Amino acid sequence: RQGSGKKMEDTFSILYFQKNGISNGTLYKKTFIEHFEQAPMYVAVLTFLGFGVGTVFGYLRDFMRAWGLEKRNVATEREQQKDFVPLYQDFENFYTRNLYMRIRDNWNRPICSVPGPQFDLMERVTDDYNWTFRFTGRTIKNVINMGSYNYLGFAETDVNALKTVTIELQKYGTGICSTRQEMGTLDKHIELEKLVANFLGVEDAMVFGMGFATNSMNIPALVGKGCLILSDELNHTSLVLGARLSGATIRIFKHNNMQSLEKLLRDAIIYGQPRSRRAWRKIIILVEGIYSMEGSIVRLPEIVSLKKKYKAYLYLDEAHSIGAVGATGRGVVEYFGMSPDDVDVLMGTFTKSFGAAGGYIAGRKDLVDFLRTHSHSAVYATSMCPPVAEQIIRAMKCLMGLDGTTQGLQRVRQLGKNTRYFRRRLHEMGFIIYGNDDSPVVPLLLYMPGKIGAFARRMLEKNIGVVVVGFPATPITESRARFCVSAAHTREMLNTVLNALDELGDFLQLKYSRYSKSSHPELYEETRLELED
Amino acid sequence: MDIKSMKNYLYWLYCQFELITCSYLMEPWEKLLFYTFNITMLVMLLYTAYIFVPVHVSMAFQFFLHLFGNQHENTVSVVK
Repeated sequence: RQGSGKKMEDTFSILYFQKNGISNGTLYKKTFIEHFEQAPMYVAVLTFLGFGVGTVFGYLRDFMRAWGLEKRNVATEREQQKDFVPLYQDFENFYTRNLYMRIRDNWNRPICSVPGPQFDLMERVTDDYNWTFRFTGRTIKNVINMGSYNYLGFAETDVNALKTVTIELQKYGTGICSTRQEMGTLDKHIELEKLVANFLGVEDAMVFGMGFATNSMNIPALVGKGCLILSDELNHTSLVLGARLSGATIRIFKHNNMQSLEKLLRDAIIYGQPRSRRAWRKIIILVEGIYSMEGSIVRLPEIVSLKKKYKAYLYLDEAHSIGAVGATGRGVVEYFGMSPDDVDVLMGTFTKSFGAAGGYIAGRKDLVDFLRTHSHSAVYATSMCPPVAEQIIRAMKCLMGLDGTTQGLQRVRQLGKNTRYFRRRLHEMGFIIYGNDDSPVVPLLLYMPGKIGAFARRMLEKNIGVVVVGFPATPITESRARFCVSAAHTREMLNTVLNALDELGDFLQLKYSRYSKSSHPELYEETRLELED
Repeated sequence: MDIKSMKNYLYWLYCQFELITCSYLMEPWEKLLFYTFNITMLVMLLYTAYIFVPVHVSMAFQFFLHLFGNQHENTVSVVK
């Protein structure tokens, strides 16, 4: 993931082209710019130094706990099980006990209001270095929310907006108490499914109560033994779980790397199944629209051309990209100007851009009819509850303009403006940001383990709530802070956050980027013509 | 004011050291242990350097002089 710089005359930032993905001139209708800058070498060295010191002290603490010099707060085996196979000796548990516990106060923070652009936090303190917490009873009010997946700002408590939801709540109640195949299919579900199919431009859709379960329960219904799954390196756990549960053979290609995918496809077709050399029953490619840890967008035109050439199927998980990218919010398919018939299975969730819960699978009518009978979720899982379905209906109608206003389109445009502004300013300040210029997920690289805790705590002191991510979710040396820009953020809120980031970046020395450094960005304020539009 | 900015700068450097070596995350007794170890190592290093470096430098200098021809005295004489 190397970048080579190329200065342009009249822009403030420098374009990077990925070495292994020069965009094919005829496939992409707009430029595809992604950044994956590598930090200078000293950063990697210091990160390893920090982890080394942490590991040494981890061993010291483990020794003290084993010999009784220190009180044991961790989970250990019982006395009778001491001769059994040890349970807690692997690296994951070591890491959790000794490194994660020290900065644990930055995660699982309880909030006590709607997760809109600002929210309220319950204040909690720890007396024994994060082993236990207690609440002081105070709430920290109006913390700017840079962590919720509230891309279009539909997480709101405005009474007028939620009028239909209240009516449906009073009409249907909250519980379904049944599965789709028994007595859990309501007219609300039919209405929602028709609306989703209309929104995406496909023949039919089916909705499920939980987004994670949509992936993990439906992939086993679509593929089985004797099929081949080609899955991206950085796919979400729900896709990985679904692929493993299905029993098909799984092969992994490098993240967003079309040469790697093509090589796997060719090998699959030439050599067939491992021992019998028969042809694979089905080859399916699992990708996501926007990858939430990297902020990168899938190279859909190239994948579609590959799938047509090698006769494979494509399963696109648009959890983060539905509603967030595309000119009218219809996801990556619209973003690249392609037709939804090119993708065989369109999957998405309602958790992120629609302020509800649940997932959908859309595509051709025979696919969805098959899933209605064969999906595990349809047979065993409770269906979506009516108020939630109504919330999705009203959000989708707003987005499509069916409620008579242009509010939906305004939200999508505002999100695009906010995203581009935020990313541009962060690049100018000199931080290392990963991902595509149009994705609302912005990972800011922190690298060193000491800075993870310091960054999150200091941002909370400045009344800004951020999500920091460390080892199990990211590679061990690339810890990051992940910002999710929302359409509900105003320019003032974004400026507050950016100023705080500027200050903190100088104090914690986070501005590792060697390329874009605009020394006086404030001088360009007036001459910055509306490049965002 | 120079003293104040100097103190701020030193405090900031100390913060950077704490962040990089993860001593920001340590409990006070661990920090004490870590700093004691570091300072002891540093003091020993400096003491060793103070004792041995001049002797080694002069020995190396003499070795190179010996290598380039056996001239201990000044053989250049003034010819009138």
